[in-house]
Amino acid sequence: MTTLLPLVDPAELRRHLSAEGAAALDSMVAEVTAEPARIGRLFAGAARRTGRGPLAGHDVLAQDAVRVELLAAAAAALDGDRLRAELVELYRFGDSDEKRAVLLGLNRLDPSAGLDGSDLLLDALRTNDTRLVAAAMGDHARHLPDDAWRHGVLKCLFTGVPVAEVAGLEERADAELAAMAERFATERRAAGREVPADVATVVAAHDRTTEPRKA
Amino acid sequence: MRIFDPHIHMSSRTTDDYEAMHAAGVRALVEPAFWLGQPRTNVGSFLDYFDSLVGWERFRAAQFGIAHHCTIALNPKEANDPRCAEVIDLLPRYLDKDGVVAVGEVGFDSMTEAEEKAFARQLELAVEFALPAMVHTPHRDKEAGTRRTLELVEASGLAPGMVVVDHLNEVTVGQVDDAGCWMGFSIYPDTKMDEHRMVRILQERGLDRVLVNSAADWGRSDPLKTAKTGQAMLEAGFSDDDVDRVLWRNPVEFFGQSGRLVLEDVAGSADPGATFEGNSILRGGRD
Ligand SMILES: [Zn+2]
Repeated sequence: MTTLLPLVDPAELRRHLSAEGAAALDSMVAEVTAEPARIGRLFAGAARRTGRGPLAGHDVLAQDAVRVELLAAAAAALDGDRLRAELVELYRFGDSDEKRAVLLGLNRLDPSAGLDGSDLLLDALRTNDTRLVAAAMGDHARHLPDDAWRHGVLKCLFTGVPVAEVAGLEERADAELAAMAERFATERRAAGREVPADVATVVAAHDRTTEPRKA
Repeated sequence: MRIFDPHIHMSSRTTDDYEAMHAAGVRALVEPAFWLGQPRTNVGSFLDYFDSLVGWERFRAAQFGIAHHCTIALNPKEANDPRCAEVIDLLPRYLDKDGVVAVGEVGFDSMTEAEEKAFARQLELAVEFALPAMVHTPHRDKEAGTRRTLELVEASGLAPGMVVVDHLNEVTVGQVDDAGCWMGFSIYPDTKMDEHRMVRILQERGLDRVLVNSAADWGRSDPLKTAKTGQAMLEAGFSDDDVDRVLWRNPVEFFGQSGRLVLEDVAGSADPGATFEGNSILRGGRD
């Protein structure tokens, strides 16, 4: 009943998995479709049944694609409130990989679902785990209040998460964010440390949002 | 020398330790869930600790090129506190995680009834989740504690090869060897067990089913004791291959029984070109 898109087209994902891995994924998706609450029992061990590691030709890990496909199956059978409750539970008791998959799933939600998982993003942004920080600054971060979103971008600069991971940077960068990035650069220079090139990216993003674009 | 420390409490150690361990050859480790020195007073305190073992600490280790796995359990000391004992009901949530390669540390501290009940229940969980068990033996009255431990293991139906009985010494090793369990030795910077005594035990008993660890934690301990034991083995005439067997292949074999070791990111850097046993089970269904 809620639309959450997989990270990788299901047929394409199965081409990368072994025959047993693909069959295991099919059977887990069928289980979750029939009984969405089963995802709580399948999510942790899913990658042990399907395989893990980089997917050739995709900027995605197999374990992430598998878990997000399970989330998509659960979402299709749940209304927004029940899906949110399930996501919160999976995140609370997830290890880092599971938490990241929940965040990546939030980024793939149809905006019309109206589901707000910003509390999970804020939890991820309190960690220093760069994989969680990056996943928390995807599409779903549009639900973050401006101050939290700006601090999320700043955290990316601090922890070395490429700001290319920040969804909608060009549209949302404002004067306050540019000023924060400048102050961060000033501190770095004062300390004789290198200023990450992404500071300029953030400042330039603001310039482009304020100046009329040339045709 | 590539090293897998099968028992070390990294949450209590610094990044300097991670750097020194990597420089000494440590590429993988297992961090067992245990007591924190300060007693916990509620179940939530355990859950945050378990979360850090499957979350932050794994991330931290990876920054230093070390593969981090853990074991999860209610430790024997806190099994005696009714405010903590309920955590046993929440263990199944964690025992299914990818990074969890055993149930542990379970066992005895003061050999109370509550400890025995928690120990037996957690051996059942090991059977249920098809995981090995890591058993702590008491520092006081170790001989009697080890004997009762082996009785409970036998009663549990868990195969002896799925059990490591840890913190052994010259007095307790024989009965564990006879039972067919794995023998764990913690090498400390004090009199409990040192690397030279360890070498003598290896000379007398051979290298089968032996795990050597530093058991380093917040107490006086040395995270490089695994490397120092390897050095002492070489000085005593053991070969490089013998050292590799004790410090790498044995722990890979024991914890590999979980089907959950992920070592491909680190194994190559420790020993370029090497293929290690168990690789085929490490990637799930893929190869
Ligand atoms: Zn310990």
